[in-house]
Amino acid sequence: MDYPEGLKYSKEHEWVLVENDVATIGISEFAQDELGDIVYVELPHVGEKISKDDPFGSVESVKAVSDIFAPISGSVIEVNDTLPDSPEIINEDPYGDGWLIKVQMTDKDELKELMSSDGYAEYIVQKKEESDEDEEQED
Amino acid sequence: MRYTPHTASDKERLLQAIGVTRIEDLFGQIPQFLRERARIALPRGLSEVEVKRRMASLAAKNGTPESWGFFLGGGIYHHVIPSTVDAVISRSEFSTSYTPYQPEVSQGTLQAVFEFQTLMCELTAMEVSNAGLYDGASASAEAVLMARRVQKGRRRVLLSRALHPQYRSVIATYLKNLEDVELVEIPFTESGQMDLQFLTRELDERAICVVAGYPNFLGIIDDLGALHEACAGYGVFLITVTTEAFSLALLKPPGAWGVEIAVGEGQSLGIPMGLGGPAFGFLTCQKKFVRSIPGRLVGETVDHDGRRGFVLTLAAREQHIRREKATSNICTNQGLCTLAATVFMATLGKGGMRRLAEVNVGRAHETRERLVKEAGLGTTFSGPFFNEFVLGVEGLSQHLSRLAAKRIVPGISLAPWYPELQDSLLICVTEMNQREEIDQLVRTFSGQ
Amino acid sequence: MSERSQDSNGRKIAPRLIFETGSPGRSGFFWPEDPKTKSEWIPARFLRGEIEGFPEMGELEVMRHFTRLSHLNYSIEGQFYPLGSCTMKYNPKLNEVVARLPGLSLLHPLAPLPLIQGALELLSDLEGMLAEICGMDHISLQPAAGAQGEMTGLMMIRAYLTTKGNPRRKILVPDTAHGTNPASSTLCGYEVVQVPSNDRGIIEAKKVEEVMDEEVAALMITNPNTFGIFEMDIQAIAEAIHEKGGLIYLDGANLNALMGIAKPGDMGVDVLHMNLHKTFSTPHGGGGPGAGPVGVKKFLQDYLPVPRIIRGNEGYELREDLPNSVGRVRSFFGNFGILVRAYAYILALGSDGLEEASRMALLNANYIRSRLKGHFHVPHPETCMHECVFTDRLQQKQGVHTTDIAKRLLDYGFHPPTIYFPLVVSGAIMIEPTETESPETLDAFIDAMISIAHEAKENPSMVKSAPHTTPVGRLDETLAARKLILRWNPSKAGNDQGKAES
Repeated sequence: MDYPEGLKYSKEHEWVLVENDVATIGISEFAQDELGDIVYVELPHVGEKISKDDPFGSVESVKAVSDIFAPISGSVIEVNDTLPDSPEIINEDPYGDGWLIKVQMTDKDELKELMSSDGYAEYIVQKKEESDEDEEQED
Repeated sequence: MRYTPHTASDKERLLQAIGVTRIEDLFGQIPQFLRERARIALPRGLSEVEVKRRMASLAAKNGTPESWGFFLGGGIYHHVIPSTVDAVISRSEFSTSYTPYQPEVSQGTLQAVFEFQTLMCELTAMEVSNAGLYDGASASAEAVLMARRVQKGRRRVLLSRALHPQYRSVIATYLKNLEDVELVEIPFTESGQMDLQFLTRELDERAICVVAGYPNFLGIIDDLGALHEACAGYGVFLITVTTEAFSLALLKPPGAWGVEIAVGEGQSLGIPMGLGGPAFGFLTCQKKFVRSIPGRLVGETVDHDGRRGFVLTLAAREQHIRREKATSNICTNQGLCTLAATVFMATLGKGGMRRLAEVNVGRAHETRERLVKEAGLGTTFSGPFFNEFVLGVEGLSQHLSRLAAKRIVPGISLAPWYPELQDSLLICVTEMNQREEIDQLVRTFSGQ
Repeated sequence: MSERSQDSNGRKIAPRLIFETGSPGRSGFFWPEDPKTKSEWIPARFLRGEIEGFPEMGELEVMRHFTRLSHLNYSIEGQFYPLGSCTMKYNPKLNEVVARLPGLSLLHPLAPLPLIQGALELLSDLEGMLAEICGMDHISLQPAAGAQGEMTGLMMIRAYLTTKGNPRRKILVPDTAHGTNPASSTLCGYEVVQVPSNDRGIIEAKKVEEVMDEEVAALMITNPNTFGIFEMDIQAIAEAIHEKGGLIYLDGANLNALMGIAKPGDMGVDVLHMNLHKTFSTPHGGGGPGAGPVGVKKFLQDYLPVPRIIRGNEGYELREDLPNSVGRVRSFFGNFGILVRAYAYILALGSDGLEEASRMALLNANYIRSRLKGHFHVPHPETCMHECVFTDRLQQKQGVHTTDIAKRLLDYGFHPPTIYFPLVVSGAIMIEPTETESPETLDAFIDAMISIAHEAKENPSMVKSAPHTTPVGRLDETLAARKLILRWNPSKAGNDQGKAES
């Protein structure tokens, strides 16, 4: 699994690319892999406000649907309009053409709560171990 | 009767394999106080013969069109059912299969549903049809809920007073517990159509939808063109509700008028009256609302060798995946009833549907004319109708008992639902009403 | 329809769609000339032309089409169908015969009451029987399906609590619950709070106490739960809920485990629904129709849907004027034809037959459980009730997952169990054999499962590409969802025909 450096990651598996006050948001490779083939994406409209930790959209695969939680707060200034017709781009290129929205941030301090690439990789390993342990206990 | 095949030695063998001595040993988790009170105080089982005897005696206490002249409609209609229909739905490959969650061994059901969806799209001239809902009433309620999901922020639902009274009740039940929804009733005029002036006054950007019967409960055909134009100015959905699905074989379909959602009751299409159920509700809409549709959808796809096949699709809208965020809690499509309708429509086909609809129109209009001219019954509404109409009958209750003595049920008395329509009968004439029955009806009303 | 029905490998070929067959002007229907027939009675602007896309087939063409479609289906009468929580028991033929009696199938719901006395007697009788089996005081037969029964039940709870002063905000739902439970809660304006099951698969009273407060309207519980395990804390759970003014709702999906063994009404249950198409043997019909009657304790009877059937001096009557009622949830009397079948089933089995049915359901499920537990991982150690749950844990090491096991079962001629449910166990395989299956059938199924467990070790890639013998292979569900084709389209008919024949 690839978690590019230079991006910030949330516990809900979103990534954020910061350029000045603008944050580009997408979902991580781990998230797209867990979901499987994505068939539909629901995104907010330009101008809508999103606030940290609240859902702002959803991604849907054949057998699951998952809310996308805002890693930061702000107002939406651009939406990836190729996704409605070609949601598979998220599976193919989650960190590039598969980005979801761009947001004008209102509180850059919120970025401090996000993880670095290494931190996120560690978080994923930890998560996996925990779920393995849960399963062991079932016996 | 017993439908369990276990012999005493079978039971013994299974218990041994499990490692217990009695079946009661498997109840270990059940508290004793529950076990002590569990006995069912009902009679012991009967043989097939005895069950049939009991059922036949109950059936004999009922009256059917086989021995009575029925002129009853009001949401359930007595129509011809070709023998193909019961032959197909009696096949256990259809009747005893489950929801087609395993598409590789359910292509029969899935293809039939795909055909059903196509037929309903053609019949209503809408772009998308779901796989079926419980009945017309709950389909109306689901349509209103669906419109509310699409029209976020709006809160008024405008219901025609001429919509089936039970459907209005069901819509009210479904909406009761949702905050911020207001139901407004739109009256009808002397034509029996919706009061357009009243409607225009009530329409604004707060309205989610207008719900109109097509034809309505009074049998009248509304001018959907005018209604849709009035709605469109405020972005309000027009939802049509068709209780007599057969009428759509002849009437300009909802889609041709531009309506957003067209729903109805499918019983007319090959399903016996059955005291009102089971049949099915249908829901069709414009394609852009497809993700807000309640209920199942079947879509076309291919297998790994490129063979065409069908699957349940957009399942992520549904309760088993989205749980509390699902578009609806429904998890049936009345499958066998929609199959009956599919066979019915395939058997009648393009020509048969049209032909039979015309027979309905002809018989109903001729009967109405004779009841007015020969029997002197009063006309009520001036609007066009399909196979149902309302007439005023002075001294209705005396007439009803005289007709009952001749084994005729002439229609449905409207006063319980419409106090303003005292002494009014909703009379339905279909292709099943024979000439002698109609003559008898006219003669008895004429006092002969 | 001169097309072949099998390809050269003996694989069944799906017939063309009804829109791709027939010939212009053909019809399978005859109606004599009727001199009064004319559509001019209605102004032309309200009329359409012929329905453009409708088929034009002869009667034999229609029959052959649907008969060949039927051959592509699995069904209870063709195959063992061990779907967990679906209770795919045999659907007696007797039910079908009596449901087709004209005196029951040709009734009009708005006919005068004297013409439907037999039907009302049947309904009233059935209400009494179901009340007795469940240990409840009153029943409404109106809900069209289990999910509608749930909605009706929750509406009654809400109406009752509203008259007590506060409808409350929350519904407690175990993490093992069917998806309809949370969906129905939302429909009734409630928030859902999940209650975790423990490592034995059941809900503990202390977990319920932790989340129970004065804003909880009810707990929805399935008993036995979806693991097939009896919620043995039920009495203490009910006490915890009742103490703070909440009610207990029982999802009766698994009632087939309880008849004559334990009555929900004795467990502190205030409201329940049952699925007549599960426990009471009415056919599933490839997706309905079913019926989902609701039962209540006496204090809730005024809240039941209208109409209520009442025994009056001159026979059965209908009462609609009940001010506390939640109203109507569907038109007329519910799915009467299904109610007739359930009634015939209860008459035929009687108290002794119903009890025997539940006992044999438990025996069959435990037999499968015992024989398969060495081959598939079992998440919970106890004996089960009417269904048992395994997982794919042991097979995962070879990369074989639950889906693969399910699809491989098709090659053995068995319908797969319910899979990936309950959600709380990863890779769940949920098996409910029902009481109507013979030990020989169970043995054949068990042998197939064991054989698949071996194949998963020795030839995993073959299992992963199953099924190999069905009319179509694994279907591309992703494509179906991405490029929605929800109806036949005349413009692409040529392509479709080519594919259908290949």
